[in-house]
Amino acid sequence: MAFESLTDKLSNAFAKLRGKGKLSEDDVKTALKEVRMALLEADVNYKVVKQFTSSVEEKAIGSEVMNGLNPAQSVIRIVNEELTSLMGSETVEIALQTGGAITVIMMVGLQGAGKTTTAAKIAAKLKTRGKKPLLAALDVYRPAAIKQLQVNGDKVGAEVFSMGDNHRPSDIAKAALEHAGKNRFDVVILDTAGRLQIDDEMMNELSEIKEAVTVNQTILTVDAMTGQEAVNVAKTFDEKVGIDGVILTKLDGDTRGGAALSIKAVTGKPILYVGMGEKLSDLEQFYPDRMAGRILGMGDVLTLIDKAKASIGDGDEAKSRDMASRAGKGKFDFNDYLDSMSQMRKMGGIGSILGMMPGLGVKASDIEGKIDESQLRKTEAIVLSMTPEERRNPKLMSPQRKFRIANGSGNSIADVNRFIKQFDQMQKMMKQMGGMGGKKKRHGNPFGGMGGLGGRGGFGGPGGFRY
Amino acid sequence: METENKENEETLESPKKKGFFARLRAGLAKTRDSIAGGFDHVFTDYQKIDDDFYEGLEETMIMGDIGVSATDRILSELREQVSEQHITETSECRQLLIDNIRAQMTVDEHAYDFEKGPAIVLVIGVNGVGKTTSVGKLAGIYKEQGKKVLIAAADTFRAAAGEQLSEWAKRAGVDMISAREGSDPASVIFDSVQAAKARRTDILLCDTAGRLHNKKNLMEELRKMDRIITKEYPEAIRENLVVLDGTTGQNALSQAREFADVTDLTGIILTKMDGTAKGGIAIAVQSELDIPVKFIGIGEKMDDLQRFHPDEFVDALFDNKEEKTDEQ
Repeated sequence: MAFESLTDKLSNAFAKLRGKGKLSEDDVKTALKEVRMALLEADVNYKVVKQFTSSVEEKAIGSEVMNGLNPAQSVIRIVNEELTSLMGSETVEIALQTGGAITVIMMVGLQGAGKTTTAAKIAAKLKTRGKKPLLAALDVYRPAAIKQLQVNGDKVGAEVFSMGDNHRPSDIAKAALEHAGKNRFDVVILDTAGRLQIDDEMMNELSEIKEAVTVNQTILTVDAMTGQEAVNVAKTFDEKVGIDGVILTKLDGDTRGGAALSIKAVTGKPILYVGMGEKLSDLEQFYPDRMAGRILGMGDVLTLIDKAKASIGDGDEAKSRDMASRAGKGKFDFNDYLDSMSQMRKMGGIGSILGMMPGLGVKASDIEGKIDESQLRKTEAIVLSMTPEERRNPKLMSPQRKFRIANGSGNSIADVNRFIKQFDQMQKMMKQMGGMGGKKKRHGNPFGGMGGLGGRGGFGGPGGFRY
Repeated sequence: METENKENEETLESPKKKGFFARLRAGLAKTRDSIAGGFDHVFTDYQKIDDDFYEGLEETMIMGDIGVSATDRILSELREQVSEQHITETSECRQLLIDNIRAQMTVDEHAYDFEKGPAIVLVIGVNGVGKTTSVGKLAGIYKEQGKKVLIAAADTFRAAAGEQLSEWAKRAGVDMISAREGSDPASVIFDSVQAAKARRTDILLCDTAGRLHNKKNLMEELRKMDRIITKEYPEAIRENLVVLDGTTGQNALSQAREFADVTDLTGIILTKMDGTAKGGIAIAVQSELDIPVKFIGIGEKMDDLQRFHPDEFVDALFDNKEEKTDEQ
């Protein structure tokens, strides 16, 4: 990823301003300049950015710098709140008809947005909710589109209704609905062909389908990587066909996904789900607050925290809390190191964690190449070759002990020395940060502090190792 | 330059291709509305060259997906020229801007040397950008030129990708080598390369599965395919084309950068240019990464993929031709 995180930029811009009482106009303007750049780099529509920054400016000027936050953090807090509320304050699910009526969902969007894949993902999701979905193949244009839907339908165990590519999509829709009625399906998902929003003929086709059958939910599928164009696409689809919700796909890429904000701003329609991968189970709930953070370049910290929570069991949590408080006092020992390594592994390895983390000051993609997981295994071997006493008390290290550890773990003394030196530095760093956190309430696990707006505040987790 | 002119003549003579440019223009007209239309708006709105004027330019460029940094670079160059040449009229800036952008988009004269063959064209990109369609169209183009074309269907992942491509191969009338869904794409590449050697194929077009550029193992899979081609057929001319969706925003830069890390990218296929408001990202990619746009896709039909002509692209963007004839 090519961008420096907004948190970093703002921290730099505000380096001199620590500890002021109120946000002055100058403070806010300086900060918003960076915010504006961040939003534009994230592909948020220019006009949306303009509107947004001016509304934040009004709110921010003269507001109190909150206790425990510096001016940069205060501005980010306001920006983040505004952004989150703009994105919609809660998660929304697809609305299904009640009382046995068939819900008809129509998928629309540009070519390559991921409609067919997403249709199958929705079917899979509905099945887990005890529904019986029918997929209907209405893309009669793209070669093998019907086959693609059939294969995906098979994979998720949903029936696919198709009539080949010689019928009008509206007729297929009608027939699909009849078929659904006879065979007790309760949801019909219409997979339409990709089309350009300026192609009137093709847009009319969608209206025809809507006239032929009652469509309860028209869902626009949008590639999360879409640029300024997102506004035109969403607006035109909404005006010409009418949409009820949006699904953002390919969000498992490294795009900041500013399109989400643009679309929400111009259509006001909720973003229902996000596509997060190629597996047909990879359709996730949309969380406005996380998306806000992502667009701002603050990383997907909340997702990370969630992941951490999910992978760290209850028993672990107490341990983590313990670890975090020891880390703050500079008492992080080798046992803690081992624990955090194993937690990290549970969370999907260092690569996936770094990808979600803001404020590294270095590009995550750069680090990923350099931090070799095998290197981490090596350090783990070193720790495992220590006696319990040594693990508890890192200060015990002596040349003799190091020699034994090196032999025991199959490493050279230089390796052991390097690791211990890094460990010392890390310990110091964490001690400083523990002090910095001050009155701010800490979360329950070593990753928790990262949720703080300061980004670096709680950088005490395993991500803190630098090689 | 000479070849380019020849191309232009050809296109004017052939009614089918003329249609292509009419459509490109029509497609780009929408881009023009946002970029150039906006430009003109700026040039008429501001008589003085001041900060407001530059801000107006910035807005239109960013709205066209040129991106913050490429926009900054182009505009600071403009500022320099303005002060060096003591330009006072905003209208003079218009031509400077056109020239600046055009200069960024130049295509090397050897850019299409690979077409002489024997060549292996590896087509890569993220999901849904139009790789399969582009491979199909390229097959049609080269087949029509009388070349011996072979397609490698190395997208063994996406459901029915093979069927989609074989439909294209059938339309183009070329052979295709494929494997079962889920099999190792590298083996398809290996087999295809052997076949291309044995059959003395002029151009082997390799379609690959869409992969997000931040997925390490998928990128490694691609690296493996790249390695196999290099190892098995070192004499062949390599052409590695990344397909970028014209509607993509700044992430296209990240895509191009990451794919360039895996294989030596020699060009870009810019697709879906028949929509609205784009082209800008091509300027950003070329100016930041120096990877030239070689082909441009403006529709779903076989002949809707064409060589990229920077002059026409910029002219179409600014609708410069009418302007010139008016002046003459």
